[in-house]
Amino acid sequence: MNIDSIQNGIVLDHITAGSAMRIYRYLHLDDLDCSVAIIKNVKSGKQGKKDIIKIDEAMDVDLDILGYIDPGITVNMIRDGAIVEKRRLAPPKRLKNVLVCKNPRCITSVEPELDQIFELVDEKRRTYCCAYCEGREK
Amino acid sequence: MRHLLNITDLTVDEVDGILKLADEITAHPDDYREAMRYKKLATLFFEPSTRTRLSFEAAMLELGGSVLGFSSADASSTAKGETVTDTVRTVGCYADIIAMRHPKEGAPMAAVQVTTVPIINAGDGGHNHPTQTLTDLLTIRREKGRLSNMTIGLCGDLKFGRTVHSLIAAMAQYEGISFVLISPQELRVPQYIERLMREKGCRFSEAERMEDVIDQLDILYMTRVQRERFFNEADYIRLRDSYILTPEKLIPARKDLSILHPLPRVTEISHKVDADPRASYFRQVLCGKQVRKALIMFLLDPKQRGEA
Repeated sequence: MNIDSIQNGIVLDHITAGSAMRIYRYLHLDDLDCSVAIIKNVKSGKQGKKDIIKIDEAMDVDLDILGYIDPGITVNMIRDGAIVEKRRLAPPKRLKNVLVCKNPRCITSVEPELDQIFELVDEKRRTYCCAYCEGREK
Repeated sequence: MRHLLNITDLTVDEVDGILKLADEITAHPDDYREAMRYKKLATLFFEPSTRTRLSFEAAMLELGGSVLGFSSADASSTAKGETVTDTVRTVGCYADIIAMRHPKEGAPMAAVQVTTVPIINAGDGGHNHPTQTLTDLLTIRREKGRLSNMTIGLCGDLKFGRTVHSLIAAMAQYEGISFVLISPQELRVPQYIERLMREKGCRFSEAERMEDVIDQLDILYMTRVQRERFFNEADYIRLRDSYILTPEKLIPARKDLSILHPLPRVTEISHKVDADPRASYFRQVLCGKQVRKALIMFLLDPKQRGEA
């Protein structure tokens, strides 16, 4: 499947097969007015199978969220039908308002206006800890 | 601007500098009687405390500063539903430095996001208690003359005991430290503390009975099984008397053992042990005030941090 069918927009490539809907929800793509294509189980040389999301509009993508969910994703920025930028992701060092601390003893459990901040504590295992109570994500 | 939320916010050199300053202030108190003149410390204690709050206040008063604050959440606007961040923002308009204790973990981290003055974590739930750790380090250094190459036994509530977690994190920075973890199965140290000890290359072993290991120890750090950390009263009653230090249990212990306890104690150290010269816990209380003086100066006076 060719990406040049989009003139201006974004293609999220190399999504782990089966993760596309999760990413669709996290990025709130259902709020967009433009065309969004979810292509599942595309044959891939590297991955065997992969998902692809095509967004037919230039938009700010939260790369931290993407890097947290699936750091293997490639983000292709398309302008005038050509790839103008290709970004490879890494797990972000810090996540803001993506995860929610489940520790009932954490200050965030009683003061909901606080930002939920998680920090990467183990890059290999992609483990995040609450910046307030140091509780691990569950 | 610097804060102290966790003992690991300080480098080993900074900790050593604070301990040395504490010794210097203790040796020459007259030289420091006006050191914090016109400065105000606010003690925001959303949870009760005797030693921590009073030692902070005594420390600031002995440095020539003044103190304001509250000693329970009921006595503050928290009772009306005010958030920690709003309270801290407000108090920052009145004071030069804030020492806060809060029952919820991470409350000082929330405070740091809005504060205009240095924040000292004076205990946040079962999480961290870095000024108790500085107290413990000063006590150990004075009792043993060093902070390296020793075996430290930690006894009692190692699961919820924040003083234990902070002390392990601090002592793990030094060479040749071994830990002996003495607790019932239900109150073992959390996994992240075990991981920390492994990462720092510390030796550690676990024991269920104090008698089996007491002869190996240079330091015995006793802790209280804290009622407020339990969800269930029956569990508290079942476990609180498991680990009681008595003169009989001390018979095989080394002559130069130092017994520490963050206090208050309930039943875990018999009052008969108080007369033993190895009982260091009341000398530890004095160290608490002296090290807090040094910490206040470290945070309020850039010269103490080598920045001016």
